[in-house]
Amino acid sequence: MHPLSEKARSLRPALAPTLFRSVMPLVVGLGLALVMQMLVKPHIGDYPAKLVLDIGIAISLAVSLTMVNGFTGQFSMGHAGFLAVGGYAAGVVTYYGSLRIWGDRLTHGGILSGRPMSVDAATLSWIASGDLLFLGALLVGGLVAAILGFLVGLPSLRLRGDYLAIVTLGFGEIVRVLIQQTEATLKPEMVEWELVHPGVPKPAGVERVLSYGFDVIDPILNVNTRVYQAIADTPPWDVTTHVGGALGFTGLPKYTSLFWVYAVAAVTIFVAYRLKQSTYGRAFLSIREDEIAAEAMGVNTTRYKVWAFVIAAFFAGVAGGLFGHTLGVGLSAESAGFQKSFDIIIMVVLGGLGSISGALIAAAVVTFLPELLRMGVELRTMGLFCAGCLVVWGVVAMVIRRLAAKRPGTGLGLVILLGGVGLGCFAIIAPHIGSSWLSGLSGSKLDLSPYRLIIYALALILIMIFRPKGLFGVHEVWERASWTWLPWLRKTRRASAEGGPA
Amino acid sequence: MRPERTARKGGATGIVLPSARVDQFLQTLKDSIAIGSLYALIALGYTMVYGILKFINFAHSDIVVLGAWVSLTLARWLEAQTAAAWTAASPPGFYVGVFVLIAAMAFCGLVGFTIERLAYKPLRKAPRLNVLITAIGVSLFLQNIGQLERAFGTRPASIPALLPDRTLVAIGRVNITLLDLVGVGTALTLMVALEWLIFHTKLGRAMRAVSHSTTTASLMGIPVNRVISFTFVLGSALAAAGGFLWALKYQQIKQTADTSWTLLGLKAFVAAVVGGIGNVRGAMLGGLAIGTLEMFGSAYYRSSMADVYVFGLLIIVLLVRPGGILGKATVDKV
Repeated sequence: MHPLSEKARSLRPALAPTLFRSVMPLVVGLGLALVMQMLVKPHIGDYPAKLVLDIGIAISLAVSLTMVNGFTGQFSMGHAGFLAVGGYAAGVVTYYGSLRIWGDRLTHGGILSGRPMSVDAATLSWIASGDLLFLGALLVGGLVAAILGFLVGLPSLRLRGDYLAIVTLGFGEIVRVLIQQTEATLKPEMVEWELVHPGVPKPAGVERVLSYGFDVIDPILNVNTRVYQAIADTPPWDVTTHVGGALGFTGLPKYTSLFWVYAVAAVTIFVAYRLKQSTYGRAFLSIREDEIAAEAMGVNTTRYKVWAFVIAAFFAGVAGGLFGHTLGVGLSAESAGFQKSFDIIIMVVLGGLGSISGALIAAAVVTFLPELLRMGVELRTMGLFCAGCLVVWGVVAMVIRRLAAKRPGTGLGLVILLGGVGLGCFAIIAPHIGSSWLSGLSGSKLDLSPYRLIIYALALILIMIFRPKGLFGVHEVWERASWTWLPWLRKTRRASAEGGPA
Repeated sequence: MRPERTARKGGATGIVLPSARVDQFLQTLKDSIAIGSLYALIALGYTMVYGILKFINFAHSDIVVLGAWVSLTLARWLEAQTAAAWTAASPPGFYVGVFVLIAAMAFCGLVGFTIERLAYKPLRKAPRLNVLITAIGVSLFLQNIGQLERAFGTRPASIPALLPDRTLVAIGRVNITLLDLVGVGTALTLMVALEWLIFHTKLGRAMRAVSHSTTTASLMGIPVNRVISFTFVLGSALAAAGGFLWALKYQQIKQTADTSWTLLGLKAFVAAVVGGIGNVRGAMLGGLAIGTLEMFGSAYYRSSMADVYVFGLLIIVLLVRPGGILGKATVDKV
């Protein structure tokens, strides 16, 4: 063998540890998803469980949008269109597939999937045929959304930032309007044999046939007749446009559970992170930094931009499939509207364009915040909470100053700590001072839920003015680079002077 | 069959036309001129801001809403000051409408000025993407402030009638009312005034210079910040006029956070792009074009797909001729 290739082979890291290191995060993620479904879910109530589920779906959406907005710098404002398309495609597979295979619209999943209250968990196995149908539906949803992503990505090649944003917004709106044009969902009915198969002799023992009723409007005579077609005889392409139209796609079997949501979230995060480290990721980041320079360096910007849209759309489609099958959620044309797109954009921008962990944290915060605000916090509790935050901040500041920046003294950290302690004391003793106004104020409930979007809007504006990179910028939360905004972690002039040429 | 003259309500004479198809065509034409002039007014704001600062002011549609609601609130307040209610049968004098329009334009001009100073000025040197996100933030902010109970609330409201309900001319079954004429007339007057301002005054020349090159303009002694602020004020005032005319025409207006307003703004933006973004005459032309497309598409094909036609046209224009009708036919070459 050639000595150089031998040398190269000897330098290559061993297969087993590398494989382990690369695959382990995914396995850990799936394990966490399993833990959530089996151990966590039975012990928390229904309402917190739904919240955690929403957070999981938001995480998938935010991370998928980071791939196109954050990594590649293509500001796409129509992400909800991919969500909706994926959700509807997955819904068509589950709904009509379920009717075709089992003749009903119930879930046929195992322990890992959602199920109605009436089904006893002990009778179920780990993976049932319903799970396979659901998985297939999610994949179909993702693929259809990816195709749409390809179609959206193509025109994006010629468009600059602002225009691309508006065009993607337009695509989202087009998807929304087209969804509204679809026909009503078909419901299964038991109909007499003669109506379904006129002229065909009835087999023994068969009285009625499970079939769909199609409303056929004769344009010439202007007569509306109802034609029945047996479910077993209906090919898939007959039913794909019957997804509910303006009323929404209802009646889907609700397969989504904590396991599926967090498994998909784990896969999305894993793919995003590995992508970022790979050549694709480097290409994406180079396009984001300077497209002209990237093109000059030989990066095929066309190919990578389209790839970014396709991958992001795939994961958005899968998340949409999960969304559509969640209990209590109705998939409708509004799921493709720009309001939903804006929700996801807020998560990505707040967390930092390009940071996966930032998107994760921001998705959790943004989904959780309305619940927090709706609880109607007492002013006193709010004061105590702020005081607690200040105390923690002060302690952390002092610790970082001492340990990381290795500077003497306590600096601003002590001031913040004392401020927090003071506020806390004030919050505690305020009701007991004689003033009735003070005690009334501290006891009053503060319902901030109408102000939620105003808070987000102000946060967006302030972040863009003061910290345009978002909370973490393009780095992940575990990288030191994302914390350099802390004054104690910036290189001091003394340290950099020593590090320079002596 | 020759058209015959008949007597109509309100004393106007009418012309009966031979077929219903011509009626529908004329009605659609009237609608498209009416809505086209509104789109043109709003598109002017987008195009002026884009010409000067090279970014899409996403919050522009919210100034339109604000203008509509402010004029509604003001008209209601004025109505409360007088003894009787204002209806189509007993409207107030003409000057009330003019006063409400000017007040709304002044108020929204002030709001536009404030937004520019607080949110956009710190980002003059920032990448366009950041400014776009800030604009989205401002848009969300305005929408949701407007729908607080303390502000305008979430329920739709209707403006009291400010003009008598009089049919001036009737062609076939198409009535051209005083309201239509006032709407189109006001829009046209404002557009002519803007045209005069931009092409025949020193300030207009300064605006055109700044939109051409900010640095060179500042070297020539033009107070760039003031010109930019003035552009925003002007754009916002025109948006307010658009909002007022909308409220006058459709009478009932929905809450500020309703999606139909953002769609209205987006369609006006498409109008600006179609006409040639940065080009004032292009915006007027584009507004008419989008109005015609939307109305004719709704009347002759499906009315629920009006948004699809408009956004479809945007995609086609951006791919085929990004400069728009009155813009250059070149693409950025690198």
